[in-house]
Amino acid sequence: MNVTRGFTGRDRVHNPGLPPGQYDAGEDWPVLSAEVTPDLAPADWTFRVDGLVERPRTWDWDEAHALPPSAYEGDIHCVTSWSKFGVRFGGVSLDAFLDVARPHGSATHAVAYSHTGYTTNLPLADLTGGRAWIAWEYDGEPLPAEHGGPARLLVPHLYFWKSAKWIAGLRLLDHDEPGFWEQNGYHARGNPWEEQRYSGD
Amino acid sequence: MTDISASSFTPPTRFAVPGRIAVSNRAAAVWQTATLTEIRRETPHAATFRFAVPAWAGHLPGQHLMLRLTAEDGYAAQRHYSIASAPDDTGHIELTLDHVEGGEVSGWFHTVAKPGDEVEVRGPLSGFFAWPGDRPALLIGAGSGVVPLMAMVRHHRARELSVPLRLLVSARSPEELIYARELGAETTPVFTRSGPEGVAVGRMTAAHVAPVLSEPPPGGWEAYVCGSNAFAEHASRLLVEAGQPVDRIRIERFG
Repeated sequence: MNVTRGFTGRDRVHNPGLPPGQYDAGEDWPVLSAEVTPDLAPADWTFRVDGLVERPRTWDWDEAHALPPSAYEGDIHCVTSWSKFGVRFGGVSLDAFLDVARPHGSATHAVAYSHTGYTTNLPLADLTGGRAWIAWEYDGEPLPAEHGGPARLLVPHLYFWKSAKWIAGLRLLDHDEPGFWEQNGYHARGNPWEEQRYSGD
Repeated sequence: MTDISASSFTPPTRFAVPGRIAVSNRAAAVWQTATLTEIRRETPHAATFRFAVPAWAGHLPGQHLMLRLTAEDGYAAQRHYSIASAPDDTGHIELTLDHVEGGEVSGWFHTVAKPGDEVEVRGPLSGFFAWPGDRPALLIGAGSGVVPLMAMVRHHRARELSVPLRLLVSARSPEELIYARELGAETTPVFTRSGPEGVAVGRMTAAHVAPVLSEPPPGGWEAYVCGSNAFAEHASRLLVEAGQPVDRIRIERFG
């Protein structure tokens, strides 16, 4: 351990919900998108699931809202070291979409992509079992555009760059394929509890 | 059955700006000791910190690093910071840090740090915001958002590059303009609160962007925007409205 002379740091708060190397951002919710925030109306939003599935399918805004609602209340963790506690998102569980599309047994991974062309890769197992959502509400209000509205992917148990803003679709694959940040040196999975920030962590 | 190509998946949506360079994952994975060698005040709220990092792998202008401070009880705080210095072979790098209100890391740098102190860094990180000096670059920053852009300006000068480069930089006042002494003919400063006699004061507008975008160089500009989210949203909208293609705007936001 390399102790920094004279560094004490902020007051220690015992918080078992804080992954290693993270701090509590409190009320702040930093925006870190690398591209221009798109001007995307709900009427122009679509979400597609295809690739290794039995029934490739595209949902529009109304069709997606006809699926059973599901909410996430909990924490989110950004690779730049902030975590945000007690957030509330509303939308639909990704399971509801995948139940319709029916993934093949050979599907192991997915590339999530945005209406901006942003991409991120995830193991399919991280997207199923009630751990991932398509979210369009934050704290009971429409999700703001700079935070990914009208709708974003939400995978809160992984670093937040996996939760693609302005979600446009999922392509299911039988192999892992690095997305935008993953091609730029970030970790393929991004589990905050194992501090998987960069490739090689 | 939908066709599944073995080649790399390209989304059917317009592609966001691709990475500029391949990133060394080995360099990014290793923590190195950085020894503080010099502190230079830039403005009342910002100072430049120069470090010796003997095994530094080298970087490109626009890249950042992760920096870690460790307390005696093992508590560690880490932050991403843009690299201010142009790549060179001196074994040194420079960071310019704002003194953030209540910031545990920037607070240590501004009130405790002195030459000889050791911290830890890993990097350089991310090729997305890097500028290798290969394309005309239009740089737009506000506050300490000028830091990674200054690495590009310095690189442009040090290598005597002929590729066009322009910098639009927004600051509250001339006293708050970081690197003011170093800025030259490539730079247009915009002052939001107070400015020199006879210079209009206010937010960056289409009138600042238009003269640059109305006469694009061959191949067009690659735009690099850095600052707070509010500034990045504002500046990127100005660029799009002035005709800059969305997929040639790279944005780095504080956070």
